[in-house]
Amino acid sequence: MDFGFTPEEEKFREEVREWLEKEPPGKFKMELEDEGYGCWGVSREFTRHLGAKGWLAPDWPVEYGGQGRTSMEKLILVMELAKHRAPTFLHFAAELVGPTIMLYGTEEQKRDFLPKMASGKTIICECMSEPDAGSDAAAINTQAMEDGDYYIINGQKTWTSLAHLADWCWVTVLTDPSATPRYKGISSFIIDAKTPGITIRPIINMAGEQSFNEVFFDNVRVPKSNLLGKINNGWYQLLAALDSERCWSRAGMAWYCGEILKDLITYTKETKNGGDSLNHNPLIRQKLAQLAIDIEACRILQYRVAWIHSRNTLPNYEASMAKVYADELSQRLAMAGMEILGFYGQLKRDSKWSVLKGMIGHMYVNSYGKTIAAGASEIQRNIIAQRGLKLPRS
Amino acid sequence: MDFNLNEEQEMLRKLARDFLSANCPPSLVRKIARGEAELDPQLWRNMAQMGWMGITVPEKYGGMGGSFLSLIVLLEETGYACLPSLFFSGLIGGLALNEMGNDGQKQDLLPKIAQGELMVVLAFTEPGVRYDAQGITTKAVLEGGNKYSIDGVKLFISDAQHADYLVCPASSGKGITVFLLETRNPAIRCALLNTYAGDRQYEVILNKVSSSKENILGRVEQGWDLLQSVMRKATIAKCAEMVGGAQKALDMTLDYARERKQFGRPIGTLQAIQHYCANMAIDVDAARFLTRETAWNLNVGQPCVKEAAVAKAFVSDAYTRVCKMAHQIHGAIGTTEDHDLPLYSKSAIASRIIFGDPSYHREVVAQEIGL
Repeated sequence: MDFGFTPEEEKFREEVREWLEKEPPGKFKMELEDEGYGCWGVSREFTRHLGAKGWLAPDWPVEYGGQGRTSMEKLILVMELAKHRAPTFLHFAAELVGPTIMLYGTEEQKRDFLPKMASGKTIICECMSEPDAGSDAAAINTQAMEDGDYYIINGQKTWTSLAHLADWCWVTVLTDPSATPRYKGISSFIIDAKTPGITIRPIINMAGEQSFNEVFFDNVRVPKSNLLGKINNGWYQLLAALDSERCWSRAGMAWYCGEILKDLITYTKETKNGGDSLNHNPLIRQKLAQLAIDIEACRILQYRVAWIHSRNTLPNYEASMAKVYADELSQRLAMAGMEILGFYGQLKRDSKWSVLKGMIGHMYVNSYGKTIAAGASEIQRNIIAQRGLKLPRS
Repeated sequence: MDFNLNEEQEMLRKLARDFLSANCPPSLVRKIARGEAELDPQLWRNMAQMGWMGITVPEKYGGMGGSFLSLIVLLEETGYACLPSLFFSGLIGGLALNEMGNDGQKQDLLPKIAQGELMVVLAFTEPGVRYDAQGITTKAVLEGGNKYSIDGVKLFISDAQHADYLVCPASSGKGITVFLLETRNPAIRCALLNTYAGDRQYEVILNKVSSSKENILGRVEQGWDLLQSVMRKATIAKCAEMVGGAQKALDMTLDYARERKQFGRPIGTLQAIQHYCANMAIDVDAARFLTRETAWNLNVGQPCVKEAAVAKAFVSDAYTRVCKMAHQIHGAIGTTEDHDLPLYSKSAIASRIIFGDPSYHREVVAQEIGL
């Protein structure tokens, strides 16, 4: 039992802090702003800046553009980025597709893609979901037909996060539509986003922003060398990507939420209702304290995921626990913020009456998607029950 | 960072699990709760022989000299077995004596505690049931040069009747003085409270109890700060016991969900049941690691004011939620007097409240986060 960080880890934390304070993330141009409200800010510039420092994929081997750091160091980096309210949504490419290429790609693919992903120069989006394949990820219909040295791809992907900013697409397709069960006929390709026949159409989310897209493939010709790893092995690649996503996509949530909580505490101290400051109201004190408590629970569940990772094993149901908890916590926090702000929570940042830059409302309308993206909470609970608690499927 | 127990802790855990499942089955726990049996003196002696009573008592006072973390590991298991409160009460009394007593007091009593021959119990709460210094209304008045006279009522004191000594904070002069009172004194009277859980909580009436200055733990009128640090450890110890209880409630529920068939299939295959169980598991794991982390921080000398409050609030609520879901999944059979589950759901009632309920600890957290 040891719940401390080592002196080396603390030294790394100090290095990260100093660097972030010297180059505050807020000064970089943003494609999607969220002011560190954990609904995922996007900044290509900052992502490249972090990549140039070697911290976009710090845990990858040096020969593939990483620094060979431990998962605990990566966790520390994630914590500090969140505390400094950095825009990190675009980092998912390195966190999700990268490890999959590492596990399943050919040596040539690894040398070709990983270093440029680690540097932040190349963004790869994940084309997985389809209109009829959401939680049932194997139910895809996009097909790849062999044609000489090429595959011809036809179909439609949807909910593709940040496809409009991506250079490449990682796409799951059917290469053997007759396979039963269906997942045995799935393969994946890494495709240049500029290939003729690819159309990216924005989906505007309920916050009025473009964060995901529909991606159409109309007779897209892809060289066979762009097949990731082996044919009909795509299902396992997808599972690996989802494992990785579960582990890291919410890793910073406890600290993002911690920053928002600080904002709310400051607001309650500066705001009076009926002559007394809001922070003296026992109901508000209890509510905010409960969120502070839940943030600690979120933090310890995430520590465990990183610790399992650091022993070179893949977290399983433990990552699902951390994700479910983090997403539901962020929803409770957004709800509490809206209750405390009352009427003012409705206002967007450009209103002269807006408070906290309109970000609580922004977080609130974004919060509905949290428990759906990267594996719905129901899927995560199935994983906890079946893989973790060994409850029978039938 | 290492979430695993070390080898020694793992051995202790396994020994405790095996020993308690063989020697303290739910049937015995139930009989004791109903007042039909007492904790077997032989069981008590065996636990003492394994060193459990003196697990954190320093070796020079005849104990095992284990760390606070060993205590936490052991209490997760006593909680798992729902071991009657006597053991916990004695441990905390010993802990208080070890942290607050002077060398003479410790030499006198700690070896006997470690041997299982003597019991010291903390008598903190009063009818006003508050955990701040103002809540201590028991008065100690100096009479003559060396003697105090103590008057007051302590309430909800677990196992007071079985104790040889009470660690008893009282208000005196400008502050809190903590007395070590011998229960043989006829001016102390204990009356059992009739609780739903059947645990042994007492009213303790202190009627002009005379105590000499030698029986003060810590410094006169300045006992509060040290007592607070004891209370914080006791709080986390209680959390560990609750974590064990919650794990047992989950394990029982999983067994039942695999066996119980409705609609021609085990109810554990149903998604509603699976999701309830997933929620319980999240609560149990978060509760366990928040507790262990706080214990670890206390063990390296951190004050843990916020951390202990976070843990007690979270673990108390988690244990309550886990018991509630365990009951829902067990259906009607779980609500019967002869079932094991109510042992846990009823023990959760007192555990949730003692050393501060979640609302109390949320207020502590509120102050710590700058509200």
